[in-house]
Amino acid sequence: MRRAPASHEKAPPAKAKPPARTEAESATVLYDVPGPRARRRNLLWTVLFLAALAGVAWWVIAGLDAKNQLEAAKWEPFVTDGRVWETYLLPALKNTVIAAGLAMVLALPLGALLGIARLSDHRAVRAGAGTVVEFFRAIPVLILMLFANAAYAEFTDISPETRPLYAVVTGLVLYNASVLAEVVRAGILALPAGQTDAAKAIGMRKGQTMAYVLLPQSVTAMLPALVSQLVVIVKDTALGGAMLGFAELLASVRPMSANYGANTIACFTVVAVLFVLLNVVLTTFASWLERRLRRGKRSTGAVVTAEAVEDLATPGEPPGPKP
Amino acid sequence: MFDFLEGYDLLGAFWVTVQLTFWSALGSLVWGTLLAAMRVGPVPLMRAFGTAYVTVVRNIPLTVIIVFTSLGLFQTLGISLGADRFTTINFRLAVLGLTAYTSAFVCEALRSGINTVPLGQVEAARAIGLSFPQILRIIVLPQAFRSVVGPLANVLIALTKNTTVAAAIGVAEAALLMREMIENEAQLILVSAVFAFGFICLTLPTGLLLGRLAKKVAVKR
Repeated sequence: MRRAPASHEKAPPAKAKPPARTEAESATVLYDVPGPRARRRNLLWTVLFLAALAGVAWWVIAGLDAKNQLEAAKWEPFVTDGRVWETYLLPALKNTVIAAGLAMVLALPLGALLGIARLSDHRAVRAGAGTVVEFFRAIPVLILMLFANAAYAEFTDISPETRPLYAVVTGLVLYNASVLAEVVRAGILALPAGQTDAAKAIGMRKGQTMAYVLLPQSVTAMLPALVSQLVVIVKDTALGGAMLGFAELLASVRPMSANYGANTIACFTVVAVLFVLLNVVLTTFASWLERRLRRGKRSTGAVVTAEAVEDLATPGEPPGPKP
Repeated sequence: MFDFLEGYDLLGAFWVTVQLTFWSALGSLVWGTLLAAMRVGPVPLMRAFGTAYVTVVRNIPLTVIIVFTSLGLFQTLGISLGADRFTTINFRLAVLGLTAYTSAFVCEALRSGINTVPLGQVEAARAIGLSFPQILRIIVLPQAFRSVVGPLANVLIALTKNTTVAAAIGVAEAALLMREMIENEAQLILVSAVFAFGFICLTLPTGLLLGRLAKKVAVKR
């Protein structure tokens, strides 16, 4: 298993893969700068594509109109009527945020612990953590939630009202901690090996090396992959609404559309927009944080993207060589 | 010990899971490749469409998409995808939702694969006068596909697990059967272990086989 490529800003290693191109670059290398004929051809394609899009849009709008889904009365409550927000959307949004927030707060340290355990020098610790991680990564998060829900009902006396929240958070934590463990492992493996050597040279113990040298630096490198996992957490809370009766955003669609004249399409649109906004806020904050951290002196310039983690962690493979 | 399994069509439920995975994988491979071609192509409008599609779809929960196909597309707009039995309609709606969602991830995986093809190859192709569709079809995509077998395997595994979301609209696959069995049977731990084992049987071999294939076909550079 190869190590996640560490990209150095100044001197790329001689045998490294060619550095991944940025979007702007890849857009200009696959075709020439358009001349007069290419511009005409591009224009033709633009017009054709626009026509196709317009056709689809017309079909959708005609379909919506035929079922009276475009009536102003079905859409305007979201703008004019504050009660839609007070009764349905804001409490639901609050529940989504609570579940996602709790899951993040619990899954991050657990994931870090599992990830570090997978890099341990002791075979037993490595194998144990590896088994846990691979097991929970191989199982759908919905199965974990259904199990947690039933288990809380059978073995604990958590009240039926709060049980869905516990079940959702439990499922999310078990699944995402094991994915985050892989992120942490990839982040630590992406650091230059010289960091560990230097730490050993000045007499640090293994725990000290991890706590003072490897982890702080890898956090910056891990952020992109970390954030795409946090987005997954936010999205997966919707499973609780659909299958466990957890009162989050998706679950608010049914009562809302029942009370506002069967405006199903409008409700779904608003809920989808809220989810997108929530995730965009999360990713924007993360990229701001990443820029801030990169400006500091702690970064090695290594980047671990979600793809690097996936490369590293094909399920079922034994843990890779240690640094 | 396992007599609680009697009366349930466990294999049938997992077979539905496999079918969901197969058709959605096929659909999202096609649609995802088209999206990736749009995103790297010379037509600005198509590039913008591809980018917008991927950004929006990746940020909406799959559950919302799947439930929308049932509540929105079928029950409100009457789109039944040419089927007349409820089970068939829900199955096809689930495949539609899974395809729409997964293709965004296929597109992203493929685009990162396109970026691994060395510049010189594309420049050489342009120098001998190949057009953009030719470059993509003959030079870039064959190499890109070979280098993204690993990431695509991960997308396929994620898809296999995501098919459980179809339970939300009543497709009789594994997760729905599990919920039913949990309600009716006393052996919670055993029931859950059976389903966990079923999914491990589906995902682990996929990862191992495709991981091996990925190493075999990877372009040596």
